[in-house]
Amino acid sequence: MARVELQKIRKSYGDSTVLRDLSLTVNDGECFTLLGPSGCGKTVLLRLIAGFEKPDAGVIRIGERVVSDAAASVSAAPNERDLGVVFQDYAVWPHMTVFDNIAYPLKLAKVADTALRARVMETVGQVNLRGLEDRMPSQLSGGQQQRVALARALVAKPSLLLLDEPLCNLDAGLREEMRFEIKEIQKNLGITIFYVTHDQEIALAISDRMAIMDEQGIIRQIGAPDEIFEQPADEFVFRFMGVANFLTVHRQPGGGWVTGGGQRFPWEPDGDASAWLAGFRPSDVRLGRNGEGLRCRVKRASFLGAMMDYLIEVDGAQFRTQIETHAALAQGLMFGESDACTATFHSVHWFKAGEIPEGSR
Amino acid sequence: MRAATPSRGIGAAEVILGLSVGILVVVVAVPVLIIFFNAFWVNGQFNLADTLKALREPDTYRALLNSLFIASGVTVMSTIIGTFFAWLVTRTDLPFKPAMRVLFLVPFMLPSFIGALAWKMLLSPRAGYINRFLMDVVGLDGPVFDIYTFTGIMAVETMYLFPFVFIQVCGALERMDPTLEESARISGASLFTITRKITIPLVRPSILSGALLIMLYSMAHFGTVAVLGIEAGIFNIPTLIYEKIHQSAGSFNSIRTGTVLATVLVITAALIMFIQNKVLSRGRYQIIAGKSFRPVETKLRALRMPMLVFCIAYIGFTIVLPTVTIFMVGGLKTYGLPFTAENLTLANYRYILFDWKMTRDAIWNSVTLGLAAALITMFAGVMISYVIVKMKVRGKGLLEFLGMLPFSVPGSVIALGVMLAWSGKFGINIYNTVWIILVAYIARYMAFSLKANSAALEQVHDSLVEAARASGAGMGQALRDIVLPLVRPGMFAAFFLIFLPALRELTVSVLLYGPTTRKIGVAIYTLNEDGETVYSAALAGIALLIIVTAQTLIGRFTRARTMT
Repeated sequence: MARVELQKIRKSYGDSTVLRDLSLTVNDGECFTLLGPSGCGKTVLLRLIAGFEKPDAGVIRIGERVVSDAAASVSAAPNERDLGVVFQDYAVWPHMTVFDNIAYPLKLAKVADTALRARVMETVGQVNLRGLEDRMPSQLSGGQQQRVALARALVAKPSLLLLDEPLCNLDAGLREEMRFEIKEIQKNLGITIFYVTHDQEIALAISDRMAIMDEQGIIRQIGAPDEIFEQPADEFVFRFMGVANFLTVHRQPGGGWVTGGGQRFPWEPDGDASAWLAGFRPSDVRLGRNGEGLRCRVKRASFLGAMMDYLIEVDGAQFRTQIETHAALAQGLMFGESDACTATFHSVHWFKAGEIPEGSR
Repeated sequence: MRAATPSRGIGAAEVILGLSVGILVVVVAVPVLIIFFNAFWVNGQFNLADTLKALREPDTYRALLNSLFIASGVTVMSTIIGTFFAWLVTRTDLPFKPAMRVLFLVPFMLPSFIGALAWKMLLSPRAGYINRFLMDVVGLDGPVFDIYTFTGIMAVETMYLFPFVFIQVCGALERMDPTLEESARISGASLFTITRKITIPLVRPSILSGALLIMLYSMAHFGTVAVLGIEAGIFNIPTLIYEKIHQSAGSFNSIRTGTVLATVLVITAALIMFIQNKVLSRGRYQIIAGKSFRPVETKLRALRMPMLVFCIAYIGFTIVLPTVTIFMVGGLKTYGLPFTAENLTLANYRYILFDWKMTRDAIWNSVTLGLAAALITMFAGVMISYVIVKMKVRGKGLLEFLGMLPFSVPGSVIALGVMLAWSGKFGINIYNTVWIILVAYIARYMAFSLKANSAALEQVHDSLVEAARASGAGMGQALRDIVLPLVRPGMFAAFFLIFLPALRELTVSVLLYGPTTRKIGVAIYTLNEDGETVYSAALAGIALLIIVTAQTLIGRFTRARTMT
């Protein structure tokens, strides 16, 4: 319903520049997630789109309309932008009932009484709050308050929905449930969603496209979730998308690639630097009792129920891997601590050892 | 493409900011500055020599010494009494502790100048009922106690000020972790040692902060010294300011002396505030947690009943006796008659309530001024608090400073400043009207309103307003629909914090009243000065009834509100 376009946005607070020359486009009707560590400026970006803050430079367009243009001193107020916003702390008004909270945007739009009632009840149904309309927010659980906030943001059918970490205060089960509900609603309404979070799991599950932002407020990669997971643009993105293992690999003078202990590493990077980092996820590792692969040792074995979690040591370096418990049982891969094992890899991402910025986790 | 509105121009924010600054400058800054100006400038020139000359007048420095002397005495006595009773009702097995605790707070409700009036009737050397009884009936040669002395003044002030310490120490003793004392006991310390080494040091910050509050209050206190001191020629700074202004009918010299006195008072008060802040910031022990523990009770054993009798006697002597005296004297046909049935009548009460215009006006003025001051200050306070708490503007530190300034500026100083500022100097002359009292009250009570409203506003998260903005509300609409309903409890609190003290207030209004603008306090005070003791007492009785009724209604009302 609305495309969002950010052009060369800059925003500073005092001496610290949070965003510099940031450009981004959210397509009409897609669920776009901005993923980044806390304090990276992603909430600032959301607040700029909402109009709670004004950019120091740059242009923001929602649909065909310029809502913010620093050079021309144009800035539409938040109430003129046709938005729904869900805040991290829900911001449900404590002095109004659930019904009044949800009805508020319609009341402001002067929707007639019967139509208002019908629309509110429809939205209440969408977020599964039926029967709670007359409760006060203090009588609701966190998850229910979160649904009130979502319903309130949706009730006036805005063309753009902004969500700021709306699920991070919920417990794991509820978080999963709500994330499906948001996705469902978005599909049904065809609304554009701009979703800000530091939780890669939610981002992967919910997004049509996503952007990864680093601590400096720079966007490292934009793409579909599977693309970002499978083809990370750099080491930062790779690290951010879940548990990441790294092994340092050197070019052997006679050709081939070895670990610190001189074992031959079975994959080859394309490039001519001499030192590389091989990045892989716990799920990329294939363990064995013996046979092909790197010779390793189990440093720690933890039984997690459905999974076995191993910390593996190879030539002084360490990495983590997991294997399903029943597969481990079937294949005789229930290792104990300090057992010997071998490791091969499904896939490896190569990063030049020199280019890893210090401090980027 | 729709054109968006340009972001420049004057919006609601600028209007609110401008109004806030304007109100505080006009109401608070101008009067205070004009006092300093008058104290140090003569004919437009800085002149410290004249200031020092005014200070060197015997009247002046004697009043300063008296203020300090009385305040120190009151502080020491109140601290001892307040701490003792606080310990008694929190940490011993005294019977009826909750009831006792409430009773010890009653003196907060009674205006101390009315108490002083009662004690004058009981213990003035020749006419006081107790002295007369002991001389005439028991046959003592002279009065048993003369209330027109420093001791008398200090005793009366102590009776009505000790709750400041009592309330603070009660809180500290209740919040203190009892395991600290228990571990000392396990280590073999005796109860006396524990009290001396553990308990007292832990509650010392609370004791000190209560004591400094009393010091501040007593330094600037007008009523008791005015009622009891004049006879014996005892003046403190506020009563001397009053004397100078009233007797010399606004001559330049007396106003100048007044402003110098006021400056001395402000500096002393600022010093006390400074020390109090130091004490509070240093004394926040982690050990006194916010949780409520069940403290260990000291067994009073054989002293249990005697202590209860002592408490009841104290309450009877300091609360019941003066209150009864006021009502009895107010019912006498003539002052000095014995309290017999044929001497008592309700005619006085009927007369001042229905027939005498002066007293009727006084009651009306008190109620309307109290309401007006509370309402205006409440609304102005919400607005200014909003600027201070929620708006990101430069110079809001100045706003905060100006708003809180009256906390350390005594009432008589504000009254004097308002008098100087609004008697025609800037083209506005509201002297002798109710408006000048109203302006002074707004300045005096703004700090109360700011405290209550800031606390309420800090609870209103920014995201609540932003959610309303995103829902389609303009700024004004969001304030009306979201912020206002949520700060309403703070506003109510501010209203009552202002209405009750304003109702009974004397220090400010006694300097500013005109022929038709007496308030109850002023009327009681002037009637007493004119020797109309009986009418003065009757009006005081009515004032007590109004105060107690208002307090009870408000108590019930606020309790009902917090329940929902």
